[in-house]
Amino acid sequence: MSKDNRSRFSRRSFLSGLGAAAAGLKFAPGLALAAEPRELNFYNWDTYIGENTLGDFRKSTGIDVTMDLFADNDELFAKLKGGNPGYDVIVPTNDFVERMITAGMLEPLDAAKIPNITNIDPTFRDAAFDPGRKYSLPYMWGTIGIGYRKSRVDSIPDSWKWVFDSDRYAGKIALMGDAPTVIQMGMKYLGYPLNDTNPAHIKQVEEMLIRQKPNVLVFAEDNGQDLLLSGEVDVVMEWNGDILQVMEEDDDIGYIVPLEGGLLWQDCLCIPTGAPHPENAHIFINYLLDADAGAEIADFIQYATPNAAARKLLPAVYNSNPAIFPSQETIERCEVATYNGTEYTRLIDEAYTRIMAS
Amino acid sequence: MDSWRKNPLVFWVFAIPPAAWLALFFIVPLGLIWVISFGEKSGLVDIQITWVADNYMRAMDPLYLQIFLKSFWYAGITTIVCLLVGFVVATAITFAPARQRPILLLLVMLPFWTNLLIRTYALIAVLRTKGSVNAGLEKLWEWGNQLLGLLGLGQFQLLGAQFEPVHLLYNNFAVVAGLVYVHLPFMVLPLYAALARMDRSYIEASLDLGAGQLRTFASVVVPLAAPGIVSGVIITFVPALGSFLTPDLLGGTDSQMIANVIERQFKSANDWPFGAALSFILMYITFFAIAVRSMWAARQDTRENMV
Repeated sequence: MSKDNRSRFSRRSFLSGLGAAAAGLKFAPGLALAAEPRELNFYNWDTYIGENTLGDFRKSTGIDVTMDLFADNDELFAKLKGGNPGYDVIVPTNDFVERMITAGMLEPLDAAKIPNITNIDPTFRDAAFDPGRKYSLPYMWGTIGIGYRKSRVDSIPDSWKWVFDSDRYAGKIALMGDAPTVIQMGMKYLGYPLNDTNPAHIKQVEEMLIRQKPNVLVFAEDNGQDLLLSGEVDVVMEWNGDILQVMEEDDDIGYIVPLEGGLLWQDCLCIPTGAPHPENAHIFINYLLDADAGAEIADFIQYATPNAAARKLLPAVYNSNPAIFPSQETIERCEVATYNGTEYTRLIDEAYTRIMAS
Repeated sequence: MDSWRKNPLVFWVFAIPPAAWLALFFIVPLGLIWVISFGEKSGLVDIQITWVADNYMRAMDPLYLQIFLKSFWYAGITTIVCLLVGFVVATAITFAPARQRPILLLLVMLPFWTNLLIRTYALIAVLRTKGSVNAGLEKLWEWGNQLLGLLGLGQFQLLGAQFEPVHLLYNNFAVVAGLVYVHLPFMVLPLYAALARMDRSYIEASLDLGAGQLRTFASVVVPLAAPGIVSGVIITFVPALGSFLTPDLLGGTDSQMIANVIERQFKSANDWPFGAALSFILMYITFFAIAVRSMWAARQDTRENMV
């Protein structure tokens, strides 16, 4: 490191010290420990953070965040599989949190450095995929359901039947081009548990999807909401947040979690093994769980926040939006995807290859 | 020209960096993938190298062979369409006035300078139900109706009661159209290179000696352009065979190509050994195509030398 750089770092630390003082010493515990360079590498989904969050974080802590984006969990996993390329904080979904814990790819969190844990809604303070929340804290949660164009459907499509087992919307249906998700939703429609690993049931879903294929326009590559918005399809299986984003542009679009229930997901904040700046990572996670910061993020990206303190700061249009927060009844019918082992992964992939090849 | 033996220092200075580059960033990673293709998954991230050909046997399953065949079919059609269109374009550029040629070549290469993903999304905007093509057709339909109205035929609805958009996206047509669009420059450039080198006096001689335009084209122009055709066909066919973005974004429910299966093995299926085996099968096929091409070229050379 050159002399120049060193002097810049010290100046920045001084400024950040001032910033922390101004913020009421909120981040003092982190600062006292921080012998790390004031930088952090954040690996996140696209449009998944508030507009000013990273800037505000730098102002209050002096830590520069570099954010890289991934498109799906598989990309995140593939990138970290061969060793951490330098990320400090990542945002995997629950089943990948479980996968990464199993594979020893996550660093345990130090709860003492994250006092804002108390902001989290009690129902989210523990999780089946990470007992005791040793490795992950919730960032956002949501569902997978059906997005639809109100003026083109007979009634609200409140059953998976309309996308899986009916020609009513033939040629105007898009499913998700993601093997586990499409098969797991098929399980829910057939009345099986979401994580059913029974090969006979997987076969049954496969046959149903092959039967339905002529009615399906496309297995969409994470752009189902665009297909709905541009009028290419009328019903689409999608993440609720994606549909919510196009609902803002078009009043004619609605979202429903079908009666059979759907998938409940939770994106989590984790520190991957080998993170170069673990102290900063704790400071950053604590910041994201702050009431004001959490409210700003949730307000901007319109996903459901598990941050109870942040929800109190947000208006009723957000808190009572059924597409963001489904009814308790609906939530109870939904299930969380678990990591079901390598044999299951292979069964699912072969079934999907056959569906696409038939 | 000096032989490299006379100037070994110069030779090594120029040869070592690219050779090291190739070894480090091409041969070594490729070798790793080759080794992995003889491995077996033993957990989430661990791969055990067992040196058995299980993954290759699995790839021989009719399911995957059928997908290989389908990929060949798509890549083949793409190559033929590119050849037909590319020949016309390359001939037009060759016979264009010398001052316009660089501009025409530039127009062929221009799309190359834009990212593939952006070009594919642009194609979606052009082809979709409410896209540019359908908007243009709808305008034509309106004008047609107005014309019929002027002729007093408006009440018969000869063009249909309302405009029916053409479905151009999310089917196999879209995949081939996308592949042709992406790979056309690969075909035009070698064809142009071959045609530009051609001695025009052969064509004049052929025409003077009584051969018609078609005969001249088939017996003189095509054989002279043959090296360009072979190169063009190979460098169009090989990348088209390995495409995954185009079928992903433009294809419908039965547009899966082998590269889509390979991509999934490295991502959601998390089965690198099987993905590696599939990749290598694809690569062996490519090697075979290139070997055939060089054998053909060698035969061509000996024949010319004999003349």
